[in-house]
Amino acid sequence: MPIFINGREFELKPGETVLEVALRNDIYIPHLCFHPKTGKAGKCRACIVEVEGRRGLLTSCNLVAEEGMKVVTDSKQVKDAQKIIVDLILSSGHHDCLSCEQNGNCELQDAAYYLGIERPSFDLAPAEIETDNSSEFIFVDRSKCISCGRCVEGCTRTVVNEVLNFANRGFETRISFDNELPMGESTCVQCGECVQLCPVGAIIDSRMIGRGRTWELEKVETVCPYCGVGCKLEMHVDRQKNEIIRVTGVEDSPTNEGMLCVKGRYGFDFVSSQDRITTPLIKENGKFRAADWAEVIPYVGKKLKAIKKEFGSDAIAGLTSAKVTNEENFAFQKFMRSEIGTNNVDHCARL
Amino acid sequence: MKFYRSHLLIGIDDSSLQAGVKEFETALRNELAKHNLTDEINILETGTLGYFGTGISMLVYPEQVTYVNLKLEYIPEIVSEHFLKGRIVHKYILDKLSSKYDFNYQGRIVLKNSGVIDPENIEEYIGTGGYEAWEKALLEMKPEEIVAEVKASGLRGRGGAGFPAGLKWSFTQPLAAEQKYLVINADEGEPGTFKDRLIMEGDPHKLMEGIMIASYAIGATKAYIYIRGEYKLCISRLRKAIDQAKEYGLLGKNIFESGFDLDVEIKIGAGAYVCGEETALIESMEGNRGTPRSKPPFPGVKGAWQRPTVVNNVETITNVPAIIKNGAEWFKGFGVEGCTGTKVYTIMGDVSMPGLCEVDMGTELRKIINEFGGGMKNNRKFKAALVGGAAGVFLSEKLLDVKMDFNSLNEYAAVLGSGAILVMNEEVDIVEMLWSVIRFFRHESCGKCSPCSNGNEILYKLINNIRNGEGKEKDLDLMLHIAAVMNDTSFCALGESLLLPVKSAIENFREDFLQRMK
Repeated sequence: MPIFINGREFELKPGETVLEVALRNDIYIPHLCFHPKTGKAGKCRACIVEVEGRRGLLTSCNLVAEEGMKVVTDSKQVKDAQKIIVDLILSSGHHDCLSCEQNGNCELQDAAYYLGIERPSFDLAPAEIETDNSSEFIFVDRSKCISCGRCVEGCTRTVVNEVLNFANRGFETRISFDNELPMGESTCVQCGECVQLCPVGAIIDSRMIGRGRTWELEKVETVCPYCGVGCKLEMHVDRQKNEIIRVTGVEDSPTNEGMLCVKGRYGFDFVSSQDRITTPLIKENGKFRAADWAEVIPYVGKKLKAIKKEFGSDAIAGLTSAKVTNEENFAFQKFMRSEIGTNNVDHCARL
Repeated sequence: MKFYRSHLLIGIDDSSLQAGVKEFETALRNELAKHNLTDEINILETGTLGYFGTGISMLVYPEQVTYVNLKLEYIPEIVSEHFLKGRIVHKYILDKLSSKYDFNYQGRIVLKNSGVIDPENIEEYIGTGGYEAWEKALLEMKPEEIVAEVKASGLRGRGGAGFPAGLKWSFTQPLAAEQKYLVINADEGEPGTFKDRLIMEGDPHKLMEGIMIASYAIGATKAYIYIRGEYKLCISRLRKAIDQAKEYGLLGKNIFESGFDLDVEIKIGAGAYVCGEETALIESMEGNRGTPRSKPPFPGVKGAWQRPTVVNNVETITNVPAIIKNGAEWFKGFGVEGCTGTKVYTIMGDVSMPGLCEVDMGTELRKIINEFGGGMKNNRKFKAALVGGAAGVFLSEKLLDVKMDFNSLNEYAAVLGSGAILVMNEEVDIVEMLWSVIRFFRHESCGKCSPCSNGNEILYKLINNIRNGEGKEKDLDLMLHIAAVMNDTSFCALGESLLLPVKSAIENFREDFLQRMK
């Protein structure tokens, strides 16, 4: 038997929660703390629904879907309660969409829009805005934090760095790096998993600030150019300036499930670096000069042959790159072993 | 054995210790020695005598008179008049209402030995028939029989929610698990509640016996007592009780050659209110941040370290030995249908004699206040009673005849809670009281879920506005609305609880709020 959501029938998979069934079928239920990777948390309480025959409102993120269950996600009672919950969250911090980097990419904004909350109704936001710009790549604005716990869960259980946790209690609950250190002084390795998971604008990439709204940037899916793991990532590109503005992990990639390391997420400066080598170089009289491939390939071949003849095969070593494909690396080692005749071959994947 | 013509029972609890009971006792011994009375009069240390705010108290047998608010300088007079010449020194005794106070000792199950025996001496407990139930349970009964007996007795949890204890055990008892745990919730955090402290101070062995029986019933070989750190005297007395029980072979390996092992350990909490919630308590016990867990799975199936765990309140477990010893039918002779047994109440506020009493479930609130609390202090007019602690309900005078048990209070949308009764006279402003309640919840919200942490914060702002004379009548409706959403959507009972005090205060005492808006 299927499950009924708002009168419509849906198949359910074993172990799925009501929220998961709904989201899989494009039925929106506001949710701020649930994330497929960090799982149910039951903290934000925005995902409440009504279930026929069950008392009161139930959070759909930790409600296991059962056959024949009749769920209502949009009754007046549900929406009235959701409105108070989301309004209180919106009121609890400085959620200023106009200047926020996450505008258009914010789950709290989505929830407020769905519920028709135009502006916060309650006077709850702290008087002072508390930011942390101490780390290399990540900017933290605690006045935008909604204590959803995704970053804590991600840091502790997904990437197992165990830097983030909660400090204090109640309304004063705040995220803390190690024991309340500035992020830059903590043991954080800047993998950016917390940025990836943050549903609002509380933890963001510092280098993207002011460089483009989310809808202006073209998203290009590609594979990380660094090591051999092959993490799938998404470049957010400003086409006009031909610049990469930010990089995010692709959540549904089986290789990395959205996770990236500090290099993959933040090490993309080299792409448009002025120091980047764009042509082959030949050293003459202690100085490099630009050359083209037609000149360089016969030149190198001649040199290699000469060295092999005079000093033997093992006088030559080959070092290739982890940034090229497996096939290219295979071809290179084949060349080194069968043509040059040496096992002196390695590449740079020494992360 | 030595015979004495008189026994003096001195209550040692936190408040008498603060009043200097130890020096008093030494001085009394010296004075008795001076009159060569040491062989005739015996001094015994015991738990609380059941009064609160009466400093050093002493109960004299066989006359059964209680001296209260004792001071060092009274000693020569009392010794020479009473103990030498046999004339009671009336000016120091609790005589004005003493005939009524005898009720305090009637129908006691949990507090039967409190104030009577020396809590630090296992032999005195055994002398009252202690540990007989443990022997009976272990050697003559099967675990499922014990569970059935407790189920039949109708014993309901005394921590606040009133869940049937036997039913709770019956979920865990049949589970086949490598390890099960019993956890005693001694994290008594409800404001105005101190019953568990006095039970543990007064009769720690009875709790130990209850733990043994319950552990055997559910198949737990390890029991923890999660107790708040402030309860220093309880902790030291429980530690002594555990050591003595081990020494007497009541705890440990292969108890009474039955093949059953049991170890009891004390875990000290840091005093967070939310850690009285059983899953938050388990989190804290495991060494994590004290926040509640999502249910299901319930602790009975997956609790401490993911093993089946039964969490019971101190008072609940302390009822168990008497049920096993005397049977479920005997226990049902106390209390009312659907709510059997007795209940320990702590009565505070504007009453003549604040303290604790143990009476049958279903006793009228009016009777508890007037007879066991000594009535209103200075004959002031009654205005309200906050029943059930901070998470309780403000009852007005017209609700004074409510019967104090889980079911009857439910009819008035009220709760028995932890059994705290705070009595207020006509001078008390309910706005101030509610402010204090909300301030408490705001401070104790753990911050796990958004309706509780944000909701408490805004309620606190709104009540502050009203208190400062800046409130509007529509703020009252907003407060009710927010409290109702918190009740519907909060993660645990902490956020849900606030609706009761907010609603009852605003509905029963609206005038007090409007007064602040003029």
